[in-house]
Amino acid sequence: MNDLSASSQIAYRAALVQPRVVRRIRGLSDKALAWLFITPTIVLLLAINIFPLIWTIYLSFTNYRANRANVPMRWMGIDWYQSILTDPDIWASMQVTAHFVIWTVVIETVLGFGLAFLIDKKFRGHGVWTTIILLPMMLSPAVVGNFWTFLYQPQIGLFNYVVAFFTGGGASSFQMLGDVRLSPWAIVIVDAWMWTPYVMLICLAGLRSIPNYIYEAAEVDRASRWRQFWSITLPMALPFIMLAVLFRGIENFKMFDMVNLLTGGGPGSTTEVASITLKRAAFESWRTGYSSAFAIILFVTVFGLANIYVKALNRVKSR
Amino acid sequence: MSIANAAHSVVEPTSGTRRFAGSLVILYAVITMIPLVWIVLTSFKSPDDAISYPPKLVFQPSLEGYCNLVTTRSRQTSDFIQTLGPPQDLCDGIARDRNMVVAGPSNYVPRFINSLIIAFGSTVLAVALGTLSAYGFSRFRVPLKDDLLFFILSTRMMPPIAVAIPIYLMYRAIGLSDTRLGMILLYTSVNVSLAVWLLKGFIDEIPREYEEAAMIDGYTRFQAFVKVVLPQATTGIAATAIFCLIFAWNEYAFAVLLTSGNAQTAPPFIPIIIGEGGQDWPAVAAGTTLFLVPIVIFTVLLRKHLLRGITFGAVRK
Amino acid sequence: MNNTMKAFFAASGALAAAFGIGAATTPAQAQGKTITLCWAAWDPANALVELSKDFTVKTGIGMKFEFVPWPNYADRFLNELNSRGSLCDLIIGDSQWIGGAAENGQYVKLNDFFKKEGISMDDYMPATVVGYSQWPKNTPNYWALPAMGDAVGWTYRKDWFARPDVQKDFKAKYGRDLAVPKTLDELHDIAQFFQGRDIDGKKVYGASIYTERGSEGITMGVSNYLYDYGFKYQDPNKPYAMDGFVNSPGAVKGLEAYKELYKCCTPPGASNSYMSEGLDAFKSGQVALQMNFFAFFPGLYKDPNVGGDKIGFFVNPAATTQATQLGGQGISVVSYSKNQGEALQYIKWFSGGDVQKKWWTLGGYSCAKSVLNDPSFPNSAPFAKEFLQSMGMVVDFWAEPSYAQLLQAEQKRMHDYVVADKGTAQEALDSLVKDWKAIFKEEGKKF
Repeated sequence: MNDLSASSQIAYRAALVQPRVVRRIRGLSDKALAWLFITPTIVLLLAINIFPLIWTIYLSFTNYRANRANVPMRWMGIDWYQSILTDPDIWASMQVTAHFVIWTVVIETVLGFGLAFLIDKKFRGHGVWTTIILLPMMLSPAVVGNFWTFLYQPQIGLFNYVVAFFTGGGASSFQMLGDVRLSPWAIVIVDAWMWTPYVMLICLAGLRSIPNYIYEAAEVDRASRWRQFWSITLPMALPFIMLAVLFRGIENFKMFDMVNLLTGGGPGSTTEVASITLKRAAFESWRTGYSSAFAIILFVTVFGLANIYVKALNRVKSR
Repeated sequence: MSIANAAHSVVEPTSGTRRFAGSLVILYAVITMIPLVWIVLTSFKSPDDAISYPPKLVFQPSLEGYCNLVTTRSRQTSDFIQTLGPPQDLCDGIARDRNMVVAGPSNYVPRFINSLIIAFGSTVLAVALGTLSAYGFSRFRVPLKDDLLFFILSTRMMPPIAVAIPIYLMYRAIGLSDTRLGMILLYTSVNVSLAVWLLKGFIDEIPREYEEAAMIDGYTRFQAFVKVVLPQATTGIAATAIFCLIFAWNEYAFAVLLTSGNAQTAPPFIPIIIGEGGQDWPAVAAGTTLFLVPIVIFTVLLRKHLLRGITFGAVRK
Repeated sequence: MNNTMKAFFAASGALAAAFGIGAATTPAQAQGKTITLCWAAWDPANALVELSKDFTVKTGIGMKFEFVPWPNYADRFLNELNSRGSLCDLIIGDSQWIGGAAENGQYVKLNDFFKKEGISMDDYMPATVVGYSQWPKNTPNYWALPAMGDAVGWTYRKDWFARPDVQKDFKAKYGRDLAVPKTLDELHDIAQFFQGRDIDGKKVYGASIYTERGSEGITMGVSNYLYDYGFKYQDPNKPYAMDGFVNSPGAVKGLEAYKELYKCCTPPGASNSYMSEGLDAFKSGQVALQMNFFAFFPGLYKDPNVGGDKIGFFVNPAATTQATQLGGQGISVVSYSKNQGEALQYIKWFSGGDVQKKWWTLGGYSCAKSVLNDPSFPNSAPFAKEFLQSMGMVVDFWAEPSYAQLLQAEQKRMHDYVVADKGTAQEALDSLVKDWKAIFKEEGKKF
């Protein structure tokens, strides 16, 4: 990959080296170095990720409440799990989350891939415009959620006026955040606005990784552009697209900041995604045991779904 | 972008196609820029202009938003204001026009500084640990390597709120609640999994022969790592640093639950900037605009590395 | 660094210099200690900052303030208390926090201090002592000094009511004069009359009411209607017995009436409105009526756009009975504070008669009998009479240690029904009873 001749000399010399050369041990041995390099990371993750996870699992079987530390702890078995899995409000929250995840991923993938495809044509100034498109993704999701409440205001916000301009209706005739039917779409729109650039980047990397010669061969075979797209571009970019879907899916399943500041889960509970339900149970009701159980359920769900998806992704990769 | 013979998805698009593609992309960019431009515009409006209906496109620009962002003011009677001397600075002058007096600085600048310290601190730490670990996983035979790597990835699957519950209890017990160190450790731990995965992909790409040759020349493994591998991994490190920084800079859930007066960062602070009635939208917009600046600078400087970074090493040929 | 970057940094530096960031006007440093007082960010807090300058002068102890807006206030400071933070030495906590804070050892019990300093709870209005200071209720255990009396009231555009054409149209439509409403039905008529009406070339709306979902908004609003129609939290003779009191037929009617008002007579986009949104709506001339806490009335009266002669005030109108939602807070010492001595000094200073009088003139609502029972009080402000009347008919939400959970349940059920059109009023109240029963059962209450 590196075209410097000096490196090729090194590589040439390296190739001449016999495989089982006895290395002089200078400084630390390989094994010691390996442990030195890896251990800090593992220790940090154990302390701040794994130990809390195990503690959460333990708490999910108790009646502990973080604001009533004096109350004696009682073992509750799987009571919390049972009550969560049979609670219709929890299922409603999962439905809201699913609607959010599915629609945002679909919109972001379609738009993101489309943008990447167009940018890959390398029109004049595409570098500048790409950087501009990236800007929404740099903002804090919480600040974005908060600011979009301003933009979505029917009287003083820009969104309604722009839509009214194009559709000819009245600006105050609909409210994105107050209407039960529109609010789930309000959060989808904001998330798509923020994260389509992210998907675009991944797809762009995918498109750029397709080597020229495959297309040249197709041209020689007189395949049409349309054919080239369907049999070369899309299949070879598919692993990247699937990767983007995986990452956005996981992130949006966990989504909290943006939705909480945009709608607070309302109106009613029509945009109460799982993380908001969890936060309310954990830090407003202070039902630590209950919320720990819910957290474990959520984690297992994501983990399971991600596992299945990654297996599919690996199969696509190996094709 | 950094691949020498850059590939295209279609060979030699015509200039007509190019212009068409360009116009579509520019159209998307312009539409998605409208909210951002509106935010910046709002930061220069007076509070009354910001909440006027219908929204004003043309208005008298004012620095009141920025002043309200960095000061606290108290309302006084106009008689009392007459008794004071001349306004102390620009912001005091603006406040006096509204029968208010500047009472002191707001919490915005300390929060901004906290953000700088915590975000950059945790990024440096995460990238450092990530580079070392990625090198370790890439070059050495580590027992249970694949399991460890998947375990590292799976730490990203918990909703932050879920992780926050035990972390809250833990930090409360050991006194890391509302400390910068606590937040740096937390963000590092969240970012290091991403860093390890990204960097392992980059380091895997660097042929081993270079280090081996260097070691034959007498360098220790560690020196080879520093002198041979690190320079070649710069692109990967830069890309990783951007993603880690973006996460830590913009993070909200942990910040709002685990920090208070001392270590609070800007994201929990900006949405609660209240004026005399509702939200002080020009101040919120000003806070948002200023908060964007460091990230945008950092990204523009390192934008070429972004594209390479996002493949995460998970999809290699 | 290329030239663009250099220019960028230069510009940022210039901006920073212009605002004197970091070196902005700093308050004069007091010698000795500084203590921190935590409260909500609203008009009375600014008044308290002014008032506290006197404390610094008298004792040399500096005051720092941490104010958080209402929607985030409970979240932030309950979190602070539960994480045993020492940010706050003094906290003006919401009246409903008393139960939890007392039982979890987060507030310092003040009985001994009161006895030592000669502060008597008889000097304060009984409703405020019970509401802001006692836990358990109606027992002489004090955890706060009543600091800010408050209740829900209403404002209206007196100037619009005074217009001859408005009066003529109203009389023609409803057969009676346009006047301050004495019943909730009258209020509904007035709101409906103004909804969509053109005044001075702008479309206006009827009323701004509380509908906020995230913290406590809609509960604080709907309670005014519920209480008026006979809603009670429990059987007066049997604690925690809620069936037939929470979901009585009267309560159902009250809830339906609130929803009716929301649907017919509020501005668009008011689905998540609390105190600041109400202020915005009223001050920008969008609504004729506004439901809000008395705490804001001094500021509204001084407002250049809608204050003075343009604004009028009235108490929560009646239905089958008349009551209003209690607001207000007491000031407490946080038990994790490192400056408890100085914090107690502040409370002693605050309880002084002259300080209480000045508190009222600056815009804070004193709870001291010396201020409220003074014959000049009803005329001291255009809303003083209404405030006294309201404080005589206040009802508060649960102050149990589990109050946050009880509140969350009501927030959900109310918002689901009123704003999100889920189910009927009866179903909403029945589910609320079920929720509350489950919460009390978890707490081990017998009923």
